[in-house]
Amino acid sequence: MIKLDPNLCKGCSICTEFCPKNVYENSKTPDKRGIRIPVPKNQDKCTQCNLCALMCPDQAIKVDEEDE
Amino acid sequence: MEENNESPFMKYLRKDRLPNIFCAGCGNGIVLNTFFNGMEMAEVDFDSIAMASGIGCSSRIPGYVKCDSLHTTHGRPISFATGLKLGNPDLNVVVFTGDGDAAAIGGNHLIHGARRNIDMTVICINNSIYGMTGGQISPTSPQGSYGSTAPYGVFERPFDLAELVTAAGATYVARWTTAHALQLTNAIKKGLNNKGFSFIEVISQCPTYFGRKNKLRTPIDMMRWMKDSGVNKLKADQMSAEELEGKIVVGEFANEPQPEFSNELYNLIEEKYGQKSQAAKSAYRED
Repeated sequence: MIKLDPNLCKGCSICTEFCPKNVYENSKTPDKRGIRIPVPKNQDKCTQCNLCALMCPDQAIKVDEEDE
Repeated sequence: MEENNESPFMKYLRKDRLPNIFCAGCGNGIVLNTFFNGMEMAEVDFDSIAMASGIGCSSRIPGYVKCDSLHTTHGRPISFATGLKLGNPDLNVVVFTGDGDAAAIGGNHLIHGARRNIDMTVICINNSIYGMTGGQISPTSPQGSYGSTAPYGVFERPFDLAELVTAAGATYVARWTTAHALQLTNAIKKGLNNKGFSFIEVISQCPTYFGRKNKLRTPIDMMRWMKDSGVNKLKADQMSAEELEGKIVVGEFANEPQPEFSNELYNLIEEKYGQKSQAAKSAYRED
């Protein structure tokens, strides 16, 4: 489960670019600050490598391990 | 269950200060994450860490970390950190500094810290430009790059910080970029474990000034450039100067332990006075 804090994200799209499995996609509509916040569209492809959490400059991402 | 939604590094940060002041896509946040990750991997106690920093964008990092920190005068974080380390040798002293802070105004402090081989970890976030003051050229700006004080491109030769500090005698030197987050984590882990002067240069992106002046407008463009032009040191040693033009040599530059300054000093005091130094940790004694 990927959790993204919309108050901390500044929309730099580093997670969209550097995810090895292309899990993220930038949202089509900007939010009220004019920022396109990434959406984890393809969560089923996520392998929990935690690279997005490591590379997020604003500490906005948390990757949870799957709880079945 | 609010706590569950937070980044794994949030427990080390001063939450009331967030979101941080850095521009969108700034490399400083990535270096902060990799530092925490490296610290966890090195199994260093977070309470034993004390940070020092000078002036600049990158030197604002200790203000966001929940540990003892010193925000000092421009270019002098290594001098303050030397005092900190000698006052209490049990501390793990970490210095966050930028290229203007370490290479321009604090160049002498940097090389003499390396010469003494005092136990501290210096993380130099090199964004090749003076980001806080409006995009002036710094001593590490690559030849031919543009800045607000170089509208026709820089013709000066830049400093190679990692080579400079290696030559000055540091015992662990590495250079990585923010696009190499995992390798950088590993270098920080090794730097924290090294007993001696550890210098980790991080080539970082400044999309606001360096990117805007050099046709790399977004952080993604800058990180792609860093990833594509990175050449490992082992490979670069066999390449000619023409082949290395425009490349960033990354990797480990030095890793050989030497006698450490604070250790030697305390041994000398014990030898000459027959007892352990009274100055050490005097502020911490119960009486």
